[in-house]
Amino acid sequence: MPAERLLPSPEAEAILELARDVAQRELAPRAAAHEADGSFPRDIFTTLGELGFLGMPYPEEQGGGGQPYEIYLQALEEIGSAWASVGVGTSVHVMCCYPLATRGTAEQQERWLGDMLGGRLLGGYCLSEAQAGSDAAAMTTRAVRDGDGYRLNGTKAWVTHGGEADFYIVFARTSEDRSRGVSCFLVSADAAGLSALHPESKMGLKGSTTASMVFEDTFVAADHMIGAEGDGLPIALEALDSGRLGIAAVATGLAQAALDQAVTYAGERETFGKPIIEHQGLGFLLADMAAAVESSRATVLEAARRRDRGLPFGRQASIAKLVATDSAMKVTTDAVQVLGGYGYTTDFPAERYMREAKVMQIFEGTNQIQRMVIARKLAAAGR
Amino acid sequence: MKICVLVKEVPDAAVQKRIDPATGRMDRSGEKNLNPYDTHAIEAAMQLKESGALPIEEIVAVSMGPESAVRALHKAVSLGADRSVHLTDAALAGSDVAATGYALAQTLKRENPDLVLLGQQSDDGECYTIGAVVADHLGMPSLTQVIKMDVEGGNSLRAERQAEYGYDTVQVSLPAVISVGDAINEPRYPSLKAIMGAKKKQLDTVSAADVAIDASKVGGDHSAAQWTGSKEPPKKAPGRIIEDEDTAQTVEQIVAWLDERKLI
Repeated sequence: MPAERLLPSPEAEAILELARDVAQRELAPRAAAHEADGSFPRDIFTTLGELGFLGMPYPEEQGGGGQPYEIYLQALEEIGSAWASVGVGTSVHVMCCYPLATRGTAEQQERWLGDMLGGRLLGGYCLSEAQAGSDAAAMTTRAVRDGDGYRLNGTKAWVTHGGEADFYIVFARTSEDRSRGVSCFLVSADAAGLSALHPESKMGLKGSTTASMVFEDTFVAADHMIGAEGDGLPIALEALDSGRLGIAAVATGLAQAALDQAVTYAGERETFGKPIIEHQGLGFLLADMAAAVESSRATVLEAARRRDRGLPFGRQASIAKLVATDSAMKVTTDAVQVLGGYGYTTDFPAERYMREAKVMQIFEGTNQIQRMVIARKLAAAGR
Repeated sequence: MKICVLVKEVPDAAVQKRIDPATGRMDRSGEKNLNPYDTHAIEAAMQLKESGALPIEEIVAVSMGPESAVRALHKAVSLGADRSVHLTDAALAGSDVAATGYALAQTLKRENPDLVLLGQQSDDGECYTIGAVVADHLGMPSLTQVIKMDVEGGNSLRAERQAEYGYDTVQVSLPAVISVGDAINEPRYPSLKAIMGAKKKQLDTVSAADVAIDASKVGGDHSAAQWTGSKEPPKKAPGRIIEDEDTAQTVEQIVAWLDERKLI
């Protein structure tokens, strides 16, 4: 059952209809096979790029879709509902475009941004390291000035699309200053000295490649630096504020998919002479799942609308990420419960949804970090 | 050359269809959408244009319907039509197929198309006949249920029509009115850019008088077909369910059942 949405215009309705159509007709039928064999569906991103989904929230003048986050995130939810790996990939790619779209020079934007927003170039985000995840400032990857560019050395971990992307947004230390010592670079996937390690073997989101990227004396021309030297960390954190809204939307879609399947099953499966949805125990479980999905969507939309109006939205983004991903974990776990033994088999996607939900509580800032962000904002507001 | 594509706003496929007993007309309230069969007609027009086999300069979407039908026209334009024409007039409400075909033909005369395409049926009325009515009024040949079209020479098409058993292959000179089946192509998705740009493309709104429609030939009261009553179709007898407890016995029972009815 598609989510019921209140949309602001006929165009927005047409865009959501398109997102749902593409998600259900192009993505959903292929999800199970790719998730089983771990192959990366590059062609899907080409399709999404051609239709305009990979540059949705960026200005039309830059080659984007000119859509507010309120619409972009709901379209992303539909994509995530059909296939979480593609939803996550879309969110990450959109985040990868953020530094160039907001801090790039006109020349840099002219050179790369159109192809990035049109999906002809797929992005990967190189921020985390083995010892610098939640504490991004602890990164050790360095960029040392060398003639008219920089030499990068270090290893970035947990890179979505690692080894599959066409370009990487890389954050590397250019000085020892903890907060102003990191710079942002756009690095082509074919740069000499850049390689991907063997992809991680994960419990879910197997259709989305995750790998460590190794930089060995990788030369990056100075005109590939985005923003000024030392601007990297603020850019990274700003991009993450928006990126975590994307993950919250994908988590909402995933939970909606799990709920839909559970409701369908509970309407068909009969015990004691009636469908199990009519047994109060199951009915209440489903009601709590529906409440969790709809409250997730509400937090996502609240943060999106603030962002669209130019209001601070960091606290709301963290709340949305926390609520939506914790809800997705609960809803997908309960969906397995509703399906009983069948839910525990790979014959139904319920178990896959549950595996996919787990990582959403971890990446784009763990939910412990989200709580820390929210608490800090509360403390700052109380002063 | 110019292709006009007839499109219609219909209740969304998910909406249960019913006759409103107060008016005798289909209840068209609720969610609406572009008739899915018409998307195949737009795609066929786009493919003819893109192939370059005919010098198509313009694709025009034409619809008759209330104010809300503008959304179906916007969708048609987002799928590739260059502009659209909306025939809307209170006098047209309740027109039957013959009256609707006449009104559409009057609108098309103003456009003077070289080819008129439409979906083989609407998702609500499902009459399959509007193309033939329009063709009759325009004095053009009519082909229905076409699932393949190839350009032959500069001014004719070789088409395959879906028939009860197999296909008819026919050649038709332009101008012509052709209704297409959904097997003819896989309609493309509109892009976000096309959706956002649809409102900016030219949309001409015309009244019955604008296209010289004779008011005595259209509208519910002037339509030849009048609704007098309806009843539910008879309920089907419940089928027989054979539980598969012993597969050999089950097969035997199924074969016996088919044999009794001389189906095997």
